[in-house]
Amino acid sequence: MGNILSPKNAIVVKLQSEIFNPGDESNQFIKQADGGGAAVTFTGLVRSLADNPIKKMTLEHYPALAQKQLENMAQTALERFGLIKVKVIHRYGAMYPNEPIVQVMSLSAHRQAAFDGANFIMDWLKTDAPFWKFEEGENGAEWVAAKTVDDNAKDKWK
Amino acid sequence: MKVLYFAWLRERLNRGEDEFDLPQNVTNVDELIDWISANDEAAELAFADKNLIRAAVDEQLVEHDFNIVGAKTVAFFPPMTGG
Repeated sequence: MGNILSPKNAIVVKLQSEIFNPGDESNQFIKQADGGGAAVTFTGLVRSLADNPIKKMTLEHYPALAQKQLENMAQTALERFGLIKVKVIHRYGAMYPNEPIVQVMSLSAHRQAAFDGANFIMDWLKTDAPFWKFEEGENGAEWVAAKTVDDNAKDKWK
Repeated sequence: MKVLYFAWLRERLNRGEDEFDLPQNVTNVDELIDWISANDEAAELAFADKNLIRAAVDEQLVEHDFNIVGAKTVAFFPPMTGG
């Protein structure tokens, strides 16, 4: 089950500060299905729960390394799971609760590869893409600490 | 060599980058951390827990024993929290 597109068309990685519309992105991705039978789209949102209400989140990033890491992750997923195409959008800068932060979309012939590909990219992205969250809430402001659970999630793909 | 700092490292150092002429005995990431810390009190505090310091050399994530001789850019930052 090889890729039916050349690698340069099969991977798109976009870093942007502007908000994006997850529905529009999904529709656009699915519209160009290129014969694939399964598309998975994941959207990560700015969380604000009752026990830790957030007013504003700022994502700092290391632009050159972030672009490179995300492209590497997308390429690895493409090859490992035999995906047809992958698109990753990741924001940086200021954002607010309920806004999208990241969208990962994968297209494959059958569903399992698309699920696994999107899941794999998200697990790697959490620990190996150079972004740092700074949250401002009612109880002050702080850099978000990395979670052990994220390291464990990544390790399951080894 | 250009050295970049991100997130709370950048805040604690009160700057985003440095430009250094390194002595010849500073050959890897770990030695660079020690050398920066020895010359700067804020850096000594910021780099105190090396387990919390991640590094990239010329836009490649590396371990602390990675060789930096001839590198153009070294970046230091906390564990990543994107997504």
